[in-house]
Parts: sequence; structure tokens; C-alpha cells
Amino acid sequence: MKNKFNLNIPISKWGISFFSAVAAIVIGLLFGFIILLISNSKEAVPGFIAILQGGFADGAKGIGDVLYNATPIILTGLSVGFAFKTGLFNIGASGQFTMGAFAAIFIGIKFSFLPGHLHWIVALIGAMVAGGLWGLLPGILKAFTNVHEVISSIMMNYIGMYLVNMMIVDYVHDKIKNQSLPVAKTAILPKAGLDKLFETNNLNIGILIAILAVIVIYIILNKTTFGFELKACGLSPTASKYAGINAKRNIILSMVIAGALSGLGGGLLYLAGSGKYLQVVDMLAPQGFNGISVALLGMSHPIGILFAGLFIAHLTVGGVNIQLYSFVPEVIDIIIAVIIYCGAFALMFKNIILKLNKRGTKEEAGK
Amino acid sequence: MNTVYFLAQQTMFFAIPLLIVALGGMFSERSGVVNIALEGIMVMGAFVSISFISFFQNVMSGQLLLLLAIIIAGLTGALFALFHAFASINLRADQTISGTALNMFAPAFAVFVARMIQGVQQVQFKDTFHISKVPFLGDIPILGPILFQNCYITTYIGIAIVIITEIIINHTKFGLRLRSCGEYPQAADSVGINVYKIRYAGVLISGMLGGIGGLVFVVPTSTNFNATVAGYGFLALAVLIFGQWRTNKIFFAAFFFGIMKTFAAAYSGIPILKELPISNEVYKMIPYIATLIVLAFFSKSSQAPKASGIPYDKGSR
Repeated sequence: MKNKFNLNIPISKWGISFFSAVAAIVIGLLFGFIILLISNSKEAVPGFIAILQGGFADGAKGIGDVLYNATPIILTGLSVGFAFKTGLFNIGASGQFTMGAFAAIFIGIKFSFLPGHLHWIVALIGAMVAGGLWGLLPGILKAFTNVHEVISSIMMNYIGMYLVNMMIVDYVHDKIKNQSLPVAKTAILPKAGLDKLFETNNLNIGILIAILAVIVIYIILNKTTFGFELKACGLSPTASKYAGINAKRNIILSMVIAGALSGLGGGLLYLAGSGKYLQVVDMLAPQGFNGISVALLGMSHPIGILFAGLFIAHLTVGGVNIQLYSFVPEVIDIIIAVIIYCGAFALMFKNIILKLNKRGTKEEAGK
Repeated sequence: MNTVYFLAQQTMFFAIPLLIVALGGMFSERSGVVNIALEGIMVMGAFVSISFISFFQNVMSGQLLLLLAIIIAGLTGALFALFHAFASINLRADQTISGTALNMFAPAFAVFVARMIQGVQQVQFKDTFHISKVPFLGDIPILGPILFQNCYITTYIGIAIVIITEIIINHTKFGLRLRSCGEYPQAADSVGINVYKIRYAGVLISGMLGGIGGLVFVVPTSTNFNATVAGYGFLALAVLIFGQWRTNKIFFAAFFFGIMKTFAAAYSGIPILKELPISNEVYKMIPYIATLIVLAFFSKSSQAPKASGIPYDKGSR
């Protein structure tokens, strides 16, 4: 009886999480539909269908676009979600992303002496190192001087943004367009046939690297002692301290890994060869903040984050398509916001279902 | 001397909105609810109140219009914060979730509504609120040019909010109850304080101040609103932590940051600094680096409210 009880719980918990996520998505989409109806009732139905179809509207190319859009936000999502697991709120994904992007571009332009198949790999490693450094400092400040990671990573966001603007102008500046120069061809990520498969030039092995990162983080969190210690620190800092876990080391490592993930995201986006350049503007990279949404939607679970990233990218492509019906793409942000908000109801759903479950098992036991 | 006056006046434009919003955050956090939705609340408050100004600026103008707009900004902010309150108090949800949702919703909503109504996303307005010199007070030596020349009434409203906040938090029954709910809600509940109600009050006040802060941020520095407050909500959150959740320290933190920011924006007006071979961007980084350094030295003993961010569950003791 006891064994059966233990076995049942995780499965039903998963089911409940899944159910509440689906419910949140349905409510968010309905809300979006109502907004479309209010703003322009004639085009609302085709507009809504375009949102639902998202990437599936344009055949293989559409799916390719979804994968391309998903790559950076899966990584920033992983970054935020991974830090969440350790009880840290990494609001600095934006700065880490920008630093990673710059490092990748810098290596991509200046290190052209590297052999072709090594160049992009070195550039990506550089991106991870730069992002990791940008996570390291808030980690050290948190561990040794008790500075709240939220405030230090907000500061690091701005410092990173201004620093990158300065370094673009100093080292890799395209004066006419006020942006970074194009990277060497050898630094652009290999396409590995994905561009032909999905009929879009933007797609490359970036998405595969993102999936690899998801798997690595999943293994770290669930199959290693280190991951267990990280989660223990997140769940109860005092208990883990008494268990002899080095909390300071774990906080720093967790922030470094989170930073490296965001940095990698920046590198993958700007080495995609899709005509994106780092602009010299005083604006924080939005991908970092989208990462928070992805992490929350994916419930900080690596696999959940992968699907959340794909789902948000799917809606984003739909957002581009609804412009055909003269709707503003911001509708998508509204829908995503409502979905995340409804995630807050998840606990309520869970409680209701658990109550129903309990009643069910009691009745069974009664028989 | 003129440079000093100019810098002081500019500092007000940076520091006052940070101050108001950070104090708003304090009301929420000391009642036990983390409010990272401040950015979204600022955007919402600024959007609705500036749309109001833009609609009515042909009928009225000047300080009356601004005062009405401030009231509307406060109401909008409080209304919007209601969503955060509901999720984090009644549903006992993770408070980052609804905060993030609100931050995402507000700018999208502002762009969407503005584009649907007027075609473009910028909401234009005429600045009829600028006061070049307050009669009599503006003539006081030193203090006059700093506080009462080239200013907006928002400065005085900000300072009034600091004083009122200090009184409410530290010298009223409500303030004591608010603080107790943030430190030890179970104990507060056991003596008959309704934790839910107090927390609602905290979040709604923070929404009100956040909304006002959004308007106060936009009016002195721009003549249109482009669905953004440039990360000031997050900066206010930083000022709140920097100020250790205490009114007087938040006041100094906001002005520390405001002075640094003014310095970064206006350094080219100071002859000695302008000639130094230092990039513009380095000056822009100074406020953030300085804050980090100050924090590294003074954060050892954090005075964060103990129950902040933890949903209150009557059943758990």
C-alpha cells in the first residue's frame, strides 16, 4: 500500500502541472481573442487563426522560423530557471546575454586566424565565458557581502549595456549604420542541412546546441550530487548549511552557470548569420526579460523550458503573421502575460484536483 | 554657481520618480509582498494619465490638469496592482509570476491601445506644467534656485510623499500593523490583525505610488510617452533594497542615485570633465558601478522584512 502511494504521487503531480499549464494557455488565448474582437471584430477570426497556426502557417519555413526564434529564449529561460532552482532570481540575464553576444561578435571578427571549424566554437566559448563573468560578480557579491542578487544583476545589466556600446564603438564599429561589423564567414554557425530542410536561411545548429544545453542542465540538476546540493540550497538554505553543503560556492557556481547559459544565447543569436547586428542603443536586451517568462511558463524545469521557449516562439511567429490583418504584434505579449498570470492559478487548480483525488482514494479505500 | 543650480534641478527630475516608486515598493514589501511589477505599474500609470492629459489639454492646462493627471495615475496604478494583490495574497502564488506578467502586460497594452486609437504608439502632450520660478520662494538665496526655480510641482509632491510615508509607517497604528505583517504574519494574525487586508492595503498603496511615479518620470523629461519608463521600475526596486526598506535611507539612496545619474547626463556641461579623454559611456556606467560598490560595503546586515515574498497561509504555523 505504501509503495503504491509513493509511485502514484509524482505521476499525478505531473498530470496536474500539465493540466494547469494547458488551462492557463487556453485562458490566455481566449483573452487574446476577446481583445482582437474588441479592436476589430471583422478580422478577429482570421487573425486569431493566424495566431493559433503560428509557425505552421508557412510550412517548413514557418517551423524553421519558430526554431530560430526559440533558440535564444530557451537559453535565457534556462539561465533564469536554473538560478531559480538554487533560490536565486537572475534578473540579469539581459546583461549576460549582451556580454555573450559581444564576445561572440568580437571573436568572430578579430580571431579570423583560427581554422574554419574552430572559429565559431571558440566564439561560442567566448560568449559563455563573458556571460559567466557577468554572472560571477553578482554571485560573489551575494555569497560574500550579502548583496541582494536582484539589485546587483540589475546594475550589471546597465553596466554591461553601456560597456558593450563603448566596446562596439572602439573595436568593431560600422560607423554608417552605428552597429557592429559583420563577423567572418567561418564564425557563422554551420547550417548542417537544417537550412535546406526548413527552407530558411536563418536556421542553423543553434537550436541543436540549445537542446543540448537543456539536456546538460537536466542531467546536472537531476542526476548529479552538485545539482542536488544546488536544489537543496534553493529549498532550504539553513538545512543545507547544517548538512555540510558549501552554500557560498554553490551560489557563485549557480550564477556563473546561469550567466554562461545567457551568454551562449547571445552568441547563438548573433552568430546565426541572419543579418542581426548589435546596435549601439541605450536599451537592455529584451531576450533577458523574455527568459523570465519562459522560465516561469516552463516551471523552471529544463524540459518545460524547452517547450515553453518553442511555444512562445510559435506565438511570436503568429504575431508577425497577424500584421496581415492590420493587428499589432503586441497582442502576443498580452496573451503571454495573461498565460503567465494564469500560471499563478496553478496552485489553486492543484489544490482542487488534489482534494478531488483524495476523495477518490478514500472512496476506493472504503470499498 | 549656475552649474550647481542646474545640476540640482536636474537631480530632482531623476531622483523624485525613483523616490516615489521605491517608497511604493516599500509599502508592499513591508506588508510582506514582493512587488517586482513596479515597472509595469509605472508604465500603466503613465500611459493612462498621459492619455488623459493628451485628451484634455485643449480644455484646460497648467497645474490643475497635472494634479488631475496625478490622481488618475495613482488610481490606475492601484487598480492594476490589484491583480498582483489578488494573485499573491488570495491565490498565494509565487510573487515573481504575477509581477512578471504585469510587467509584460503593461507596455504591450499601452502600445496596443495607442496604436488602435490613434495609429501611432507615441502619446504626445504639451508641457504646460513647467514652473520657471515660484513667486517669493524662488527668490530665497541658494534654496530658491535649487528647489523653486525651473521645477515642477511633482518635486513637492514627492517630498510630501516622503514625509507622509515616514509618518504612516513609523507613527500610526496602520504602519505598525503593516510592519508586523511583513515580519511575522502569524503573530499579527494571532492578535486579531487581518493579514490579508493589510497586505492588500500595502500592495494597493504601492500601486498608487508606482502609477504616480510613472507620470512624474515622464512629464519633466519628455513631451511624449512611448510605452516605456526606461527600466525605472527596476531601478526603484534597486533603490528600495539599497535603502534597506527604510524611508530615510530610501530618500538618501534615491538622491545618491539621482545625483550620480545627473552627473552622468550633464558631465559635458562641466568644463574640466569634458576635456578628459573618457568615453561618454563610462560616465553613464558610473551610477551603477557606484551603487554596486556602496552596496558591497553596506549590505552585511540586511534589514529586509522577514516574511517578504512568502505567501501567508492561515493554516501553517
